[in-house]
Amino acid sequence: MPSLGADMEAGTLVEWLIKTGDRVKRGDVVAVVETQKGAIEIEIFEAGKIEQILVGLNTKVPVGMPLARIRTDLEETLGPAAAAPPAPAVAFAAPPVMPAPVAPPSPPPVAPGAAVRARRSPAARRLAEAHRIDLSKLTGSGPAGAIIYADIERRLGEAVAPAEKKRAPWLDLDAMRTAIAAAMARSKREIPHYYLEHQVDVTACEQWLAQNNATRPPDNRLLIGALTIKSVALAARRFPAFNGLYRDGKFEPARAVHLGVAIAIRGGGLAAPALHDADQIPLDELMARMRDLVQRTRAGRIRSSEMSDPTITVTSLGERGVETLYGIIYPPQVAIVGFGRIVTRPWVVEGAIGPRSVISITLSADHRVSDGHAGALFLAEIGRLLQEPDKL
Amino acid sequence: MNDLDIRKVVQEALSNIAPEVDLAGIDPAGDLREVLDIDSMDFLNFITAIHHRLGVNISELDYPKLVTLDGAVAYIAARLGSIKK
Repeated sequence: MPSLGADMEAGTLVEWLIKTGDRVKRGDVVAVVETQKGAIEIEIFEAGKIEQILVGLNTKVPVGMPLARIRTDLEETLGPAAAAPPAPAVAFAAPPVMPAPVAPPSPPPVAPGAAVRARRSPAARRLAEAHRIDLSKLTGSGPAGAIIYADIERRLGEAVAPAEKKRAPWLDLDAMRTAIAAAMARSKREIPHYYLEHQVDVTACEQWLAQNNATRPPDNRLLIGALTIKSVALAARRFPAFNGLYRDGKFEPARAVHLGVAIAIRGGGLAAPALHDADQIPLDELMARMRDLVQRTRAGRIRSSEMSDPTITVTSLGERGVETLYGIIYPPQVAIVGFGRIVTRPWVVEGAIGPRSVISITLSADHRVSDGHAGALFLAEIGRLLQEPDKL
Repeated sequence: MNDLDIRKVVQEALSNIAPEVDLAGIDPAGDLREVLDIDSMDFLNFITAIHHRLGVNISELDYPKLVTLDGAVAYIAARLGSIKK
Protein backbone atom coordinates (compact mmCIF):
# COMPACT_ATOMS: atom_id res chain seq x y z
CA MET A 1 0.00 0.00 0.00
CA PRO A 2 1.69 3.17 -1.13
CA SER A 3 1.51 6.28 0.99
CA LEU A 4 -0.59 8.77 -0.94
CA GLY A 5 -0.25 11.58 1.52
CA ALA A 6 1.15 12.35 4.93
CA ASP A 7 -2.16 11.89 6.67
CA MET A 8 -2.67 8.44 5.20
CA GLU A 9 -2.05 5.49 7.48
CA ALA A 10 -4.11 2.94 5.63
CA GLY A 11 -6.17 2.60 2.51
CA THR A 12 -9.00 0.33 1.51
CA LEU A 13 -8.44 -1.77 -1.54
CA VAL A 14 -11.65 -1.51 -3.52
CA GLU A 15 -10.75 -2.85 -6.92
CA TRP A 16 -8.17 -5.00 -8.63
CA LEU A 17 -7.67 -4.31 -12.30
CA ILE A 18 -5.32 -7.29 -12.67
CA LYS A 19 -5.38 -10.97 -11.78
CA THR A 20 -2.72 -13.61 -11.15
CA GLY A 21 -0.77 -14.33 -14.29
CA ASP A 22 -1.41 -10.95 -15.94
CA ARG A 23 1.49 -9.15 -17.52
CA VAL A 24 1.95 -5.56 -16.46
CA LYS A 25 4.27 -2.79 -17.43
CA ARG A 26 5.56 0.23 -15.61
CA GLY A 27 2.86 2.89 -15.27
CA ASP A 28 -0.12 0.53 -15.59
CA VAL A 29 -2.95 1.20 -13.21
CA VAL A 30 -3.36 -2.07 -11.32
CA ALA A 31 -5.65 -1.31 -8.41
CA VAL A 32 -7.90 1.31 -6.90
CA VAL A 33 -7.62 2.40 -3.31
CA GLU A 34 -10.08 4.50 -1.38
CA THR A 35 -8.49 7.12 0.82
CA GLN A 36 -9.62 10.26 2.51
CA LYS A 37 -8.84 12.07 -0.70
CA GLY A 38 -11.13 9.85 -2.68
CA ALA A 39 -10.42 6.93 -4.96
CA ILE A 40 -6.84 6.87 -6.18
CA GLU A 41 -5.58 4.73 -9.01
CA ILE A 42 -2.43 2.86 -8.09
CA GLU A 43 0.29 2.69 -10.70
CA ILE A 44 2.81 -0.11 -10.85
CA PHE A 45 6.53 0.58 -11.05
CA GLU A 46 7.89 -2.69 -12.36
CA ALA A 47 7.29 -4.63 -15.53
CA GLY A 48 6.56 -8.32 -15.14
CA LYS A 49 4.00 -10.94 -14.34
CA ILE A 50 1.61 -10.90 -11.39
CA GLU A 51 2.55 -13.92 -9.29
CA GLN A 52 0.17 -13.61 -6.37
CA ILE A 53 -2.45 -11.24 -5.10
CA LEU A 54 -2.04 -10.86 -1.37
CA VAL A 55 -4.96 -8.65 -0.42
CA GLY A 56 -8.65 -9.21 -1.04
CA LEU A 57 -11.27 -6.65 -1.97
CA ASN A 58 -12.58 -4.19 0.61
CA THR A 59 -9.65 -4.87 2.91
CA LYS A 60 -8.17 -2.01 4.89
CA VAL A 61 -4.42 -2.20 4.45
CA PRO A 62 -1.78 -0.23 6.39
CA VAL A 63 0.69 1.82 4.38
CA GLY A 64 3.77 -0.20 3.46
CA MET A 65 2.10 -3.60 3.40
CA PRO A 66 2.53 -5.51 0.13
CA LEU A 67 -0.60 -5.81 -1.99
CA ALA A 68 0.64 -8.37 -4.49
CA ARG A 69 3.80 -10.05 -5.67
CA ILE A 70 5.19 -9.56 -9.11
CA ARG A 71 7.90 -11.48 -10.89
CA THR A 72 9.87 -8.86 -12.75
CA ASP A 73 11.01 -9.29 -16.34
CA LEU A 74 14.61 -9.19 -15.20
CA GLU A 75 14.11 -12.15 -12.90
CA GLU A 76 12.40 -14.09 -15.64
CA THR A 77 15.30 -13.49 -18.00
CA LEU A 78 17.92 -14.43 -15.47
CA GLY A 79 15.99 -17.40 -14.07
CA PRO A 80 15.58 -18.12 -10.39
CA ALA A 81 19.17 -19.27 -9.87
CA ALA A 82 20.62 -16.01 -11.03
CA ALA A 83 18.17 -13.95 -9.07
CA ALA A 84 20.10 -14.37 -5.82
CA PRO A 85 20.25 -12.77 -3.22
CA PRO A 86 16.95 -14.30 -2.09
CA ALA A 87 14.48 -11.78 -3.41
CA PRO A 88 12.58 -13.88 -5.90
CA ALA A 89 9.80 -11.43 -6.42
CA VAL A 90 9.22 -7.79 -5.84
CA ALA A 91 6.36 -6.77 -3.67
CA PHE A 92 5.00 -3.48 -4.80
CA ALA A 93 4.26 -1.11 -2.03
CA ALA A 94 5.51 2.45 -1.89
CA PRO A 95 7.71 2.96 -4.95
CA PRO A 96 11.20 3.98 -3.82
CA VAL A 97 12.24 5.92 -6.90
CA MET A 98 10.16 7.16 -9.79
CA PRO A 99 12.10 9.14 -12.38
CA ALA A 100 9.37 10.63 -14.54
CA PRO A 101 5.65 10.39 -14.91
CA VAL A 102 4.85 7.59 -17.26
CA ALA A 103 2.82 8.47 -20.30
CA PRO A 104 -0.48 6.66 -20.46
CA PRO A 105 -0.09 3.50 -22.50
CA SER A 106 -1.76 3.47 -25.87
CA PRO A 107 -5.06 1.65 -25.91
CA PRO A 108 -4.75 -2.03 -26.76
CA PRO A 109 -6.87 -3.26 -29.65
CA VAL A 110 -10.26 -4.47 -28.56
CA ALA A 111 -11.28 -7.87 -29.85
CA PRO A 112 -14.32 -7.47 -32.09
CA GLY A 113 -17.49 -8.61 -30.39
CA ALA A 114 -15.76 -9.14 -27.08
CA ALA A 115 -18.35 -10.62 -24.79
CA VAL A 116 -16.75 -9.51 -21.57
CA ARG A 117 -17.56 -5.99 -20.48
CA ALA A 118 -14.45 -3.93 -20.05
CA ARG A 119 -13.61 -3.11 -16.47
CA ARG A 120 -13.72 0.44 -15.22
CA SER A 121 -12.18 1.95 -12.15
CA PRO A 122 -14.52 3.61 -9.63
CA ALA A 123 -12.84 6.96 -10.13
CA ALA A 124 -13.37 6.69 -13.86
CA ARG A 125 -16.96 5.65 -13.33
CA ARG A 126 -17.64 8.59 -11.02
CA LEU A 127 -16.10 11.08 -13.41
CA ALA A 128 -18.02 9.58 -16.30
CA GLU A 129 -21.29 9.78 -14.38
CA ALA A 130 -20.65 13.40 -13.47
CA HIS A 131 -20.30 14.21 -17.16
CA ARG A 132 -22.89 11.76 -18.52
CA ILE A 133 -20.35 9.90 -20.60
CA ASP A 134 -21.41 6.54 -21.96
CA LEU A 135 -18.71 4.12 -20.82
CA SER A 136 -19.72 1.41 -23.23
CA LYS A 137 -18.55 3.60 -26.09
CA LEU A 138 -15.06 4.12 -24.67
CA THR A 139 -11.90 2.13 -25.19
CA GLY A 140 -9.89 1.68 -22.01
CA SER A 141 -6.13 2.01 -21.80
CA GLY A 142 -5.68 0.16 -18.51
CA PRO A 143 -4.64 -3.49 -18.22
CA ALA A 144 -6.95 -5.79 -20.18
CA GLY A 145 -8.69 -2.76 -21.68
CA ALA A 146 -9.94 -1.44 -18.36
CA ILE A 147 -11.27 2.10 -18.49
CA ILE A 148 -9.30 4.33 -16.18
CA TYR A 149 -9.59 7.95 -15.06
CA ALA A 150 -7.19 9.18 -17.73
CA ASP A 151 -9.43 7.77 -20.45
CA ILE A 152 -12.40 9.82 -19.27
CA GLU A 153 -10.18 12.86 -18.99
CA ARG A 154 -9.07 12.43 -22.55
CA ARG A 155 -12.66 12.10 -23.59
CA LEU A 156 -13.60 15.22 -21.64
CA GLY A 157 -10.72 17.06 -23.27
CA GLU A 158 -12.29 16.29 -26.63
CA ALA A 159 -15.84 17.08 -25.67
CA VAL A 160 -15.72 20.04 -23.33
CA ALA A 161 -15.16 23.68 -24.24
CA PRO A 162 -11.85 25.04 -22.91
CA ALA A 163 -13.30 27.49 -20.39
CA GLU A 164 -15.49 24.82 -18.88
CA LYS A 165 -12.68 22.28 -18.80
CA LYS A 166 -10.70 24.38 -16.34
CA ARG A 167 -13.50 24.56 -13.85
CA ALA A 168 -12.57 21.18 -12.42
CA PRO A 169 -15.91 20.16 -10.96
CA TRP A 170 -14.30 17.08 -9.42
CA LEU A 171 -11.84 19.08 -7.34
CA ASP A 172 -13.29 18.74 -3.85
CA LEU A 173 -11.96 21.65 -1.80
CA ASP A 174 -13.65 20.47 1.41
CA ALA A 175 -11.97 17.07 1.24
CA MET A 176 -8.71 18.84 0.44
CA ARG A 177 -9.07 21.04 3.52
CA THR A 178 -9.69 17.95 5.66
CA ALA A 179 -6.55 16.34 4.25
CA ILE A 180 -4.49 19.49 4.87
CA ALA A 181 -5.82 19.67 8.43
CA ALA A 182 -4.88 16.06 9.13
CA ALA A 183 -1.39 16.38 7.65
CA MET A 184 -0.57 19.66 9.34
CA ALA A 185 -1.95 18.57 12.71
CA ARG A 186 0.16 15.43 12.52
CA SER A 187 3.19 17.49 11.56
CA LYS A 188 2.85 19.87 14.50
CA ARG A 189 2.13 16.97 16.85
CA GLU A 190 5.02 14.74 15.82
CA ILE A 191 7.77 16.83 14.23
CA PRO A 192 9.98 19.03 16.40
CA HIS A 193 10.48 21.85 13.91
CA TYR A 194 13.34 24.31 14.02
CA TYR A 195 13.37 27.43 11.87
CA LEU A 196 16.08 29.46 10.13
CA GLU A 197 15.92 32.50 7.90
CA HIS A 198 18.39 33.85 5.35
CA GLN A 199 18.14 37.11 3.38
CA VAL A 200 19.57 36.69 -0.10
CA ASP A 201 20.37 39.23 -2.81
CA VAL A 202 18.73 37.91 -5.99
CA THR A 203 19.54 40.87 -8.24
CA ALA A 204 21.76 38.58 -10.33
CA CYS A 205 18.80 36.22 -10.90
CA GLU A 206 16.52 39.06 -11.95
CA GLN A 207 19.06 40.48 -14.38
CA TRP A 208 19.81 37.06 -15.84
CA LEU A 209 16.08 36.35 -16.29
CA ALA A 210 15.39 39.74 -17.90
CA GLN A 211 18.24 39.20 -20.34
CA ASN A 212 17.21 35.65 -21.21
CA ASN A 213 13.50 36.30 -21.48
CA ALA A 214 13.97 39.36 -23.70
CA THR A 215 14.62 37.15 -26.73
CA ARG A 216 12.14 34.39 -25.89
CA PRO A 217 8.47 34.12 -26.83
CA PRO A 218 6.12 33.89 -23.82
CA ASP A 219 5.91 30.11 -24.22
CA ASN A 220 9.59 29.72 -23.37
CA ARG A 221 10.03 32.37 -20.71
CA LEU A 222 11.33 31.47 -17.29
CA LEU A 223 10.03 32.64 -13.94
CA ILE A 224 12.20 33.14 -10.88
CA GLY A 225 10.37 30.14 -9.39
CA ALA A 226 12.30 27.87 -11.74
CA LEU A 227 15.59 29.23 -10.36
CA THR A 228 14.57 28.94 -6.71
CA ILE A 229 13.28 25.40 -7.20
CA LYS A 230 16.43 24.32 -9.01
CA SER A 231 18.65 25.84 -6.33
CA VAL A 232 16.80 23.99 -3.57
CA ALA A 233 16.95 20.72 -5.52
CA LEU A 234 20.70 21.04 -6.06
CA ALA A 235 21.31 21.96 -2.42
CA ALA A 236 19.13 19.04 -1.27
CA ARG A 237 21.31 16.64 -3.23
CA ARG A 238 24.38 17.96 -1.42
CA PHE A 239 22.69 17.93 2.00
CA PRO A 240 20.94 14.56 2.27
CA ALA A 241 19.72 15.18 5.84
CA PHE A 242 16.99 17.42 4.38
CA ASN A 243 15.90 15.18 1.54
CA GLY A 244 14.09 12.02 2.53
CA LEU A 245 11.40 10.54 4.69
CA TYR A 246 11.11 9.89 8.42
CA ARG A 247 9.27 6.64 8.92
CA ASP A 248 8.98 4.07 11.71
CA GLY A 249 11.20 6.03 14.03
CA LYS A 250 14.06 6.53 11.62
CA PHE A 251 15.14 8.75 8.76
CA GLU A 252 15.67 7.31 5.31
CA PRO A 253 17.54 9.67 3.00
CA ALA A 254 16.12 9.62 -0.53
CA ARG A 255 18.26 8.66 -3.50
CA ALA A 256 16.53 11.09 -5.82
CA VAL A 257 15.32 14.65 -5.30
CA HIS A 258 11.58 14.74 -5.92
CA LEU A 259 10.75 18.29 -5.09
CA GLY A 260 7.25 19.00 -3.82
CA VAL A 261 5.90 22.32 -5.04
CA ALA A 262 3.21 23.92 -2.91
CA ILE A 263 0.51 25.11 -5.30
CA ALA A 264 -2.36 27.30 -4.17
CA ILE A 265 -5.70 26.39 -5.65
CA ARG A 266 -8.32 29.05 -6.36
CA GLY A 267 -11.05 29.01 -3.79
CA GLY A 268 -8.78 27.98 -0.93
CA GLY A 269 -6.96 24.74 -1.57
CA LEU A 270 -3.35 23.69 -1.43
CA ALA A 271 -1.47 20.73 -2.84
CA ALA A 272 2.24 19.97 -3.06
CA PRO A 273 2.82 17.41 -5.83
CA ALA A 274 6.32 16.36 -6.87
CA LEU A 275 8.55 17.52 -9.68
CA HIS A 276 10.47 14.30 -10.18
CA ASP A 277 14.28 14.48 -10.26
CA ALA A 278 14.21 18.27 -10.07
CA ASP A 279 17.99 18.38 -9.51
CA GLN A 280 18.67 16.62 -12.83
CA ILE A 281 16.42 18.60 -15.16
CA PRO A 282 17.70 21.55 -17.20
CA LEU A 283 16.00 24.86 -16.34
CA ASP A 284 13.92 25.12 -19.51
CA GLU A 285 12.44 21.69 -19.01
CA LEU A 286 11.94 22.32 -15.31
CA MET A 287 9.95 25.45 -16.14
CA ALA A 288 7.82 23.58 -18.67
CA ARG A 289 7.13 20.82 -16.15
CA MET A 290 6.29 23.39 -13.50
CA ARG A 291 3.77 25.06 -15.78
CA ASP A 292 2.23 21.70 -16.58
CA LEU A 293 2.13 20.63 -12.92
CA VAL A 294 0.52 23.88 -11.76
CA GLN A 295 -2.09 23.68 -14.49
CA ARG A 296 -2.94 20.04 -13.81
CA THR A 297 -3.02 20.54 -10.04
CA ARG A 298 -5.39 23.47 -10.33
CA ALA A 299 -7.59 21.38 -12.59
CA GLY A 300 -7.57 18.50 -10.08
CA ARG A 301 -5.48 16.14 -12.16
CA ILE A 302 -2.54 14.98 -10.05
CA ARG A 303 -1.08 11.53 -10.57
CA SER A 304 -0.67 9.17 -7.63
CA SER A 305 3.11 9.10 -8.08
CA GLU A 306 3.25 12.89 -7.83
CA MET A 307 1.20 12.86 -4.64
CA SER A 308 3.21 10.21 -2.83
CA ASP A 309 6.71 10.99 -4.01
CA PRO A 310 7.97 14.34 -2.69
CA THR A 311 11.17 14.09 -0.66
CA ILE A 312 11.34 17.80 0.27
CA THR A 313 8.96 20.69 -0.40
CA VAL A 314 9.28 24.31 -1.55
CA THR A 315 6.64 26.92 -0.85
CA SER A 316 6.67 30.43 -2.33
CA LEU A 317 4.54 33.49 -1.68
CA GLY A 318 5.10 34.94 -5.13
CA GLU A 319 5.01 38.60 -6.10
CA ARG A 320 2.43 39.75 -3.64
CA GLY A 321 1.93 39.32 0.06
CA VAL A 322 4.62 39.56 2.70
CA GLU A 323 8.37 39.17 2.98
CA THR A 324 8.71 35.97 4.96
CA LEU A 325 6.91 32.69 5.44
CA TYR A 326 7.76 29.70 7.60
CA GLY A 327 6.40 26.46 6.20
CA ILE A 328 5.10 23.49 8.13
CA ILE A 329 6.81 20.25 7.19
CA TYR A 330 4.68 17.85 5.21
CA PRO A 331 5.16 14.49 6.93
CA PRO A 332 6.90 12.11 6.47
CA GLN A 333 9.26 14.63 4.83
CA VAL A 334 11.80 16.37 7.05
CA ALA A 335 12.20 19.83 5.56
CA ILE A 336 10.35 22.62 3.78
CA VAL A 337 11.97 25.68 2.23
CA GLY A 338 9.97 28.91 2.06
CA PHE A 339 10.50 31.86 -0.27
CA GLY A 340 8.96 35.23 0.52
CA ARG A 341 8.18 38.13 -1.78
CA ILE A 342 11.12 39.86 -3.46
CA VAL A 343 11.61 43.38 -2.11
CA THR A 344 13.99 46.23 -2.96
CA ARG A 345 16.26 46.99 -0.02
CA PRO A 346 19.37 49.08 0.65
CA TRP A 347 22.22 46.57 0.53
CA VAL A 348 25.98 46.74 0.88
CA VAL A 349 27.81 45.48 -2.20
CA GLU A 350 31.58 45.86 -2.30
CA GLY A 351 31.59 48.55 0.36
CA ALA A 352 28.86 50.72 -1.13
CA ILE A 353 25.17 50.91 -0.30
CA GLY A 354 22.78 50.49 -3.21
CA PRO A 355 19.28 49.23 -3.96
CA ARG A 356 19.14 45.46 -4.46
CA SER A 357 16.40 42.85 -4.89
CA VAL A 358 16.30 40.78 -1.75
CA ILE A 359 14.37 37.61 -0.93
CA SER A 360 13.85 35.92 2.40
CA ILE A 361 14.52 32.18 2.33
CA THR A 362 13.46 30.10 5.32
CA LEU A 363 14.02 26.54 6.35
CA SER A 364 11.72 24.56 8.61
CA ALA A 365 13.43 21.28 9.40
CA ASP A 366 12.96 18.21 11.57
CA HIS A 367 15.16 18.33 14.68
CA ARG A 368 15.04 14.55 15.01
CA VAL A 369 17.08 14.36 11.82
CA SER A 370 19.23 17.49 11.60
CA ASP A 371 20.46 20.40 13.69
CA GLY A 372 20.54 24.14 13.15
CA HIS A 373 24.19 24.03 12.16
CA ALA A 374 23.57 21.74 9.18
CA GLY A 375 20.37 23.64 8.40
CA ALA A 376 22.28 26.90 8.22
CA LEU A 377 24.80 25.42 5.80
CA PHE A 378 21.99 24.04 3.65
CA LEU A 379 20.21 27.40 3.53
CA ALA A 380 23.47 29.24 2.80
CA GLU A 381 24.13 26.84 -0.08
CA ILE A 382 20.76 27.73 -1.63
CA GLY A 383 21.69 31.43 -1.35
CA ARG A 384 25.09 30.79 -2.88
CA LEU A 385 23.61 28.88 -5.83
CA LEU A 386 21.28 31.79 -6.56
CA GLN A 387 24.28 34.09 -7.06
CA GLU A 388 25.17 32.24 -10.25
CA PRO A 389 21.89 31.71 -12.11
CA ASP A 390 23.68 30.81 -15.35
CA LYS A 391 25.06 27.69 -13.65
CA LEU A 392 21.71 26.41 -12.40
CA MET B 1 -10.02 44.06 -35.14
CA ASN B 2 -11.56 46.83 -33.06
CA ASP B 3 -11.24 47.55 -29.34
CA LEU B 4 -14.38 45.59 -28.58
CA ASP B 5 -13.01 42.45 -30.23
CA ILE B 6 -9.71 42.87 -28.39
CA ARG B 7 -11.52 43.28 -25.09
CA LYS B 8 -13.39 40.06 -25.78
CA VAL B 9 -10.16 38.14 -26.41
CA VAL B 10 -8.54 39.60 -23.29
CA GLN B 11 -11.56 38.72 -21.16
CA GLU B 12 -11.64 35.21 -22.54
CA ALA B 13 -7.96 34.69 -21.73
CA LEU B 14 -8.51 35.98 -18.22
CA SER B 15 -11.63 33.90 -17.62
CA ASN B 16 -9.64 30.78 -18.49
CA ILE B 17 -7.33 31.70 -15.62
CA ALA B 18 -9.96 32.88 -13.13
CA PRO B 19 -13.14 31.11 -14.27
CA GLU B 20 -15.19 31.98 -11.18
CA VAL B 21 -14.81 35.77 -11.59
CA ASP B 22 -17.49 37.76 -13.41
CA LEU B 23 -15.28 39.87 -15.66
CA ALA B 24 -18.13 42.16 -16.66
CA GLY B 25 -18.37 43.27 -13.05
CA ILE B 26 -14.72 44.14 -12.34
CA ASP B 27 -13.17 47.58 -12.27
CA PRO B 28 -11.51 47.92 -15.70
CA ALA B 29 -8.89 50.24 -14.18
CA GLY B 30 -8.11 47.97 -11.21
CA ASP B 31 -4.91 45.95 -10.88
CA LEU B 32 -5.73 42.54 -12.38
CA ARG B 33 -3.32 40.76 -10.08
CA GLU B 34 -5.29 42.02 -7.09
CA VAL B 35 -8.77 41.88 -8.61
CA LEU B 36 -8.40 38.35 -9.95
CA ASP B 37 -5.88 37.10 -7.38
CA ILE B 38 -3.48 35.84 -10.02
CA ASP B 39 0.19 35.01 -9.56
CA SER B 40 3.19 35.37 -11.87
CA MET B 41 2.51 32.00 -13.49
CA ASP B 42 -1.09 33.01 -14.23
CA PHE B 43 0.11 36.32 -15.67
CA LEU B 44 2.63 34.53 -17.88
CA ASN B 45 -0.17 32.24 -19.09
CA PHE B 46 -2.24 35.33 -19.90
CA ILE B 47 0.63 36.88 -21.90
CA THR B 48 1.14 33.52 -23.64
CA ALA B 49 -2.56 33.31 -24.55
CA ILE B 50 -2.48 36.80 -26.07
CA HIS B 51 0.57 35.81 -28.09
CA HIS B 52 -1.19 32.69 -29.39
CA ARG B 53 -4.51 34.36 -30.11
CA LEU B 54 -3.42 37.69 -31.54
CA GLY B 55 0.23 37.18 -32.47
CA VAL B 56 1.28 40.01 -30.18
CA ASN B 57 4.55 39.13 -28.44
CA ILE B 58 4.59 41.23 -25.28
CA SER B 59 8.02 41.74 -23.76
CA GLU B 60 8.54 41.61 -20.00
CA LEU B 61 9.43 45.30 -20.01
CA ASP B 62 5.88 46.06 -21.14
CA TYR B 63 4.15 43.90 -18.51
CA PRO B 64 3.38 46.92 -16.28
CA LYS B 65 1.26 48.39 -19.09
CA LEU B 66 -1.02 45.37 -19.00
CA VAL B 67 -1.89 45.17 -15.33
CA THR B 68 -5.37 46.62 -15.83
CA LEU B 69 -8.07 45.47 -18.22
CA ASP B 70 -8.25 48.89 -19.90
CA GLY B 71 -4.47 49.10 -20.06
CA ALA B 72 -4.21 45.67 -21.68
CA VAL B 73 -6.81 46.51 -24.34
CA ALA B 74 -5.19 49.86 -25.15
CA TYR B 75 -1.72 48.33 -25.32
CA ILE B 76 -2.78 45.48 -27.61
CA ALA B 77 -4.79 47.85 -29.84
CA ALA B 78 -1.74 50.07 -30.23
CA ARG B 79 0.51 47.09 -31.02
CA LEU B 80 -1.95 45.67 -33.57
CA GLY B 81 -2.26 49.13 -35.14
CA SER B 82 1.47 49.48 -35.46
CA ILE B 83 1.76 46.01 -36.98
CA LYS B 84 -0.73 46.94 -39.71
CA LYS B 85 1.27 50.03 -40.59
